[in-house]
Amino acid sequence: MSKLNDDPGITDSLAGQGISRRDFIKFCTLMAATLSLPSSFIPKIVEALEKKLKPSLVWLEFQDCAGNTESLLRATKPTVADIILDILSIDYHETIMAPAGKQAEKSLMDVVKNQKGKYIAVVEGSIPMKDGGVYCCVGGRSAIDIAKEVCGNALATISVGSCAAYGGIPAANPNPTGAVGVKDAVPGITLINLPGCPVNVENITATVVHYLTFGTLPATDRLGRPYFAYGERIHDHCERRAHYDAGQFVREWGDEGHRHGWCLYEMGCKGPETFKNCPVVKYNEGTSWPVQAGHGCIGCAEPNFWDTMAPFYKRLPKVPGFGIETTADKIGVGLAAAAAAGLAAHGIARAVKGKDEKEEKGE
Amino acid sequence: MKKLLKRVYVWEFPVRFTHWVNVLSILVLSVTGYYIGNPFMHAYKESQYVMGWMRFIHFTAAYVFVVSLLIRLYWAFAGNKYASWKALFPVTGDKPAKLIQQMLYYAFLAEKPRFGVGHSPLAGLTYLLILVLYAAEIFTGFAMYSLYNPSGLYNSMFGWLFLIFTTPTLRLIHHIVMWLLVYLILIHIYVALYVDKLEKSGLMGSIFTGHKFVYPEVKTKD
Repeated sequence: MSKLNDDPGITDSLAGQGISRRDFIKFCTLMAATLSLPSSFIPKIVEALEKKLKPSLVWLEFQDCAGNTESLLRATKPTVADIILDILSIDYHETIMAPAGKQAEKSLMDVVKNQKGKYIAVVEGSIPMKDGGVYCCVGGRSAIDIAKEVCGNALATISVGSCAAYGGIPAANPNPTGAVGVKDAVPGITLINLPGCPVNVENITATVVHYLTFGTLPATDRLGRPYFAYGERIHDHCERRAHYDAGQFVREWGDEGHRHGWCLYEMGCKGPETFKNCPVVKYNEGTSWPVQAGHGCIGCAEPNFWDTMAPFYKRLPKVPGFGIETTADKIGVGLAAAAAAGLAAHGIARAVKGKDEKEEKGE
Repeated sequence: MKKLLKRVYVWEFPVRFTHWVNVLSILVLSVTGYYIGNPFMHAYKESQYVMGWMRFIHFTAAYVFVVSLLIRLYWAFAGNKYASWKALFPVTGDKPAKLIQQMLYYAFLAEKPRFGVGHSPLAGLTYLLILVLYAAEIFTGFAMYSLYNPSGLYNSMFGWLFLIFTTPTLRLIHHIVMWLLVYLILIHIYVALYVDKLEKSGLMGSIFTGHKFVYPEVKTKD
């Protein structure tokens, strides 16, 4: 995407794509709300986006499924996606860019060389570290090699999706490729983690808008996640929460409770374990999200969710060595019964022994 | 040969009080906690608040339990010699030897040891284990409780647990330790009834009244 020298201003530019000023202001309002900013910040965001700084952005894909790209592009009407493409200069994105082969790789290297320290790098997918990183190569270079150069020279790196943030599904046990997230692959860089499988696109946009408005990246927690999106639990903002507090639970798929939209807690929903703003921003421009669609949360935004959140349809993890279907409670009841039986046996043995002693003494 | 038994004040009021507060709070915590993990009762009206009340009672009982434990821990230093923390560590004097004899006795392999007035060595060691399990429940419990506000006080106090364990693992530990406490309580009640019958020292009554009855030659003062 080339820069427009004769810049007509963002409103005119968007109007050419059928997006009104009103839509643009609505977008700025959405961004302020996503960032948990009061409405007084909307004019500030409008002002910042009107400057059309158009920072260069390169989007790297490693061990991924392009799910986060899909999340970004899966717009039902040309508003958010178009606005994003108008405020950013996406110079490299394997899935949507026009050039191919050497030209494509050249455009990436041009950004790294010419805009050193000024561009934003987005990483999607995990980085394999085993055997010199041979398990993921793009244009003859290993993912770790590309990541070191591109992320190392970037103003900031955004890890989108759980794979880029924590290693995700490629890093799930037994992790044959030694996959890790960007934080472990390229330590020491300015990084923001936006985990999720896939990430809600509003969170990527809001992170960039925060940078354009305030000149800094949003505040992050100990896992490098921005507080505005990962500061609170899914469970605490869930639309089914009232059913949880009432004690109305789905017990089987398709049962009466399920048809009434009751709480999915008993079906193993990981909303109480997962920090993300899914219930608020949802997916596909606020159309729906898993719990609204009737399926429990699987905790996809938590570290190593494939291993740590399994089994997805049970409340508690498996107890190692007791078989797949055995839950902690079954073991608990079994052991309690065994303990009671043991005590009863002890009591009987004691009584018999006592009787023997009495007989010995001739009582 | 009849001997007049001596009446000794063993369990002071704070010991008995915290014991019964613990009994009640553990009972309430176990039942409500089990419900929170596995909601066996279902509400049929939106206006009901079953899980809400269960969680409220669970968290309130947790506070009661923690305060009760803190009082008991204070009394382990401020109370009489039978309430002392030293009973939890049967490592001094003839205690290790008595501990082994006591274990063998319960397995019908040794003669009945002479029990003292306070905690026997095996009882002391068991209460140490129970205290460790209490700590596990309190730490995992408050860590999970802290999730409702990750920038709050409880998260700064107990949030370090999430660096070691994942939330589902904490839930599992909290669950399994509850069951371990159930067994230990079963054993505690059984052994209390058993020793009460064996020693005829009024052991069962002592946790209500504080007094035990011992032979006059038993040493009761240091």
